[in-house]
Amino acid sequence: MAVVMSVLLQFKADTPTLIESLRTAEPEPTHPRVRLGHPGADACLKGGLRTGALHEVFPAETGCEGSASGFAVGLAACVAQKRKLLWIRQDFSAFEFGELSATGLLDLGIDPARVLLLRLPDVTSALRATGDALTCAGLGAVILEIPGAQKKLDLVTSRRLTLAAARKGVTVFLLRFAAEADSSSAETRWQVAPARSAEKQDDWGFPRFAAALTRNRHGATGDWIMEWNSDEQSFGAPHRGAVVSVSGDRPAHKTEAA
Amino acid sequence: MALWFPYLATDRLTKRKQPKSALVVAAKEANALRLSAVSPQAETLGLTRGMALADARAMVPEITVAMADEQADVRLLEKIATWCDRFTPFVAIDLPDVLLLDVTGVAHLFGGERGLLDALRNAFKKQKLAVRMALAGTAMAARALARECDGAIAAPGEESAMVATLPIDALLLDPNVTHAFRRAGLKTIGQVASRMRAELVGRFGYEVAATVDRALGRGEKPISPRLPLPDYMAEHRFAEPVTNQDVVSATLQKLAESLAHILEERGEGARALDAAFFRADGAVFRLGIETGRPTRDPKIVERLFREKLSSLADPLDPGFGFDLIRLSVPHAERIHPEAISFDASQQDDDEIGFLIDRLAARFGAARVLSFLANDTHIPEAAAVAAPAQHARESKTAWETVRNAGEAPRRPLRMFERPEPIEAVAEIPDGPPLRFRWRRALHEVTLAEGPERIAMEWWRHQPTMPTRDYFRVEDKSGRRFWLYRAGLYGRETAEPKWFVHGVFA
Repeated sequence: MAVVMSVLLQFKADTPTLIESLRTAEPEPTHPRVRLGHPGADACLKGGLRTGALHEVFPAETGCEGSASGFAVGLAACVAQKRKLLWIRQDFSAFEFGELSATGLLDLGIDPARVLLLRLPDVTSALRATGDALTCAGLGAVILEIPGAQKKLDLVTSRRLTLAAARKGVTVFLLRFAAEADSSSAETRWQVAPARSAEKQDDWGFPRFAAALTRNRHGATGDWIMEWNSDEQSFGAPHRGAVVSVSGDRPAHKTEAA
Repeated sequence: MALWFPYLATDRLTKRKQPKSALVVAAKEANALRLSAVSPQAETLGLTRGMALADARAMVPEITVAMADEQADVRLLEKIATWCDRFTPFVAIDLPDVLLLDVTGVAHLFGGERGLLDALRNAFKKQKLAVRMALAGTAMAARALARECDGAIAAPGEESAMVATLPIDALLLDPNVTHAFRRAGLKTIGQVASRMRAELVGRFGYEVAATVDRALGRGEKPISPRLPLPDYMAEHRFAEPVTNQDVVSATLQKLAESLAHILEERGEGARALDAAFFRADGAVFRLGIETGRPTRDPKIVERLFREKLSSLADPLDPGFGFDLIRLSVPHAERIHPEAISFDASQQDDDEIGFLIDRLAARFGAARVLSFLANDTHIPEAAAVAAPAQHARESKTAWETVRNAGEAPRRPLRMFERPEPIEAVAEIPDGPPLRFRWRRALHEVTLAEGPERIAMEWWRHQPTMPTRDYFRVEDKSGRRFWLYRAGLYGRETAEPKWFVHGVFA
């Protein structure tokens, strides 16, 4: 607790100067874009997902956390190419939404040996660890999983993450569970729900997502049914009888202008 | 070097409360209370160790009696040993009341051997602890000398001459043996040693003869230090105790630099480092860091200690200041020359290795994990998350039951404890039609299974029934991994359902 307190105090103390420095921050270096493989999404993103930036992934509603996790790790795998992924999660999250499973990663085509898992007790240490990780240019991507409403995740924190990501070109994915989307400086924001598999098939096929791009700082928004190809490790349009899920029990996506 | 605390028990009690009269400590021995320790004052009154308490009371009616507390004595001795760590890392406890210090190559720091003895004696005097000490080539010779001639320093080669004149009690042999020697007219160690060795061994056994040899400096029995000896160490002594945190971290870096030189000469790197901060008032703080690969870069070491220091729940309290900081390498490993390369991916690995070390220093090694494949089909054991710092390459390759082009067979997120659900199935051993989990009802539209997973027979536990796993998809497309515990009819009449994980 003492650690948390001291961090809090420190955080408070340097907030004004920090905001000042954020305002006068140097123009962000441009990092390349990475194609996701889904033609519609790639076109909307003007060639692909920006690396060295902050992206947010939300489940479209309660119960879609598995899908959101899968979608986030898919994006991260696209960005990281062959490099390592760091997944930062809190103890509570594993209890509530399930622990990240190595065999599950393997079945998504991601070599578990490429994934580092950091288990932390609270959001303060998670943010701190993310700050550390973003200085490590050897990392392919960082997935920061934060459940619940968090006061600490304000615009300043999000701006700080964006800057840190841009500095070394490490992409960070903020995976938020059980939380409302708040103002942030993220490059993109996705709302993800599962899409139903093509029925009456021997095999259900690859995982499908009803992904809505609800925020895009440098372009338009949109929503697509995207399929994660575990064999090629890329997204794509579903190629077997796509069935859009009935969204009767799901609220319509709020589309937010950038 | 040997330190003998002849009045350990009584000194401990006197320190707490000055007794009104001569203090003795009594312990129950063969159903009688006997004196196990006597204070110097009691000794002058003719009371000795081993005397029955009733006899002692008869001789001197006015005595203060305390009950023996051997554990407290040992604790005190351990405290003293910890304090002695500042002189040498090699401190051994020889129960009940002796400390053995290996001071090879240390004495010059204190102005020679005499200076070292004086420094120790002054310190113990301040603490009101009676001590007898001696320095000799072997531990046993030093112990014998400490008993009989306090402050003796045996020059190399002189041990046998000095020890030979000592009475045989100094050997601390079994009382029966000592008594037998006396009756044979052998009063000094020299006289015992002058007998034929074969006679000694024949009469008293090998151990007695060997002890005599060791006392005379003719042989050495390895003594085991309290703390494991580090492979390398460097230390800095301050003339004035320091309290400034900056000085402390600058010192750490300086020590790391001097260690780096030694390590470089040997072609080694540290896998673990310990820093010990000796406070002027005797308290000792120890901090340890570990690294994923052998390292000797002082900057990295300093950085890791900075992480560790900043993660402490209560910061390092310098009190009146530290007078000694020691950095030691308990575990060094060869740095393989091929590990140094200019390959880009190698550079990435180095950076990630450093990140892992930093995170481990801050949050603890058990929180920074990497996955290792495990050769089992039990789903929750198929992968283990092991501390990334110690993780080597998996011995087993990752195996998947999924074929190319198929849906994942294993969920992305798995619950450590499968959560019980209420499920309705058409037939007892079929897939569920609908199930309720966390108060939400899920209509199953697609189900695939069962995939039967039984406990491996060599670790069969009756409490672990066979599981039939189903992958199911509900109306809105969520995919779950459910299982039914127990075979219907054979293992259980009412199988229970659980959700074990969720798919992407």
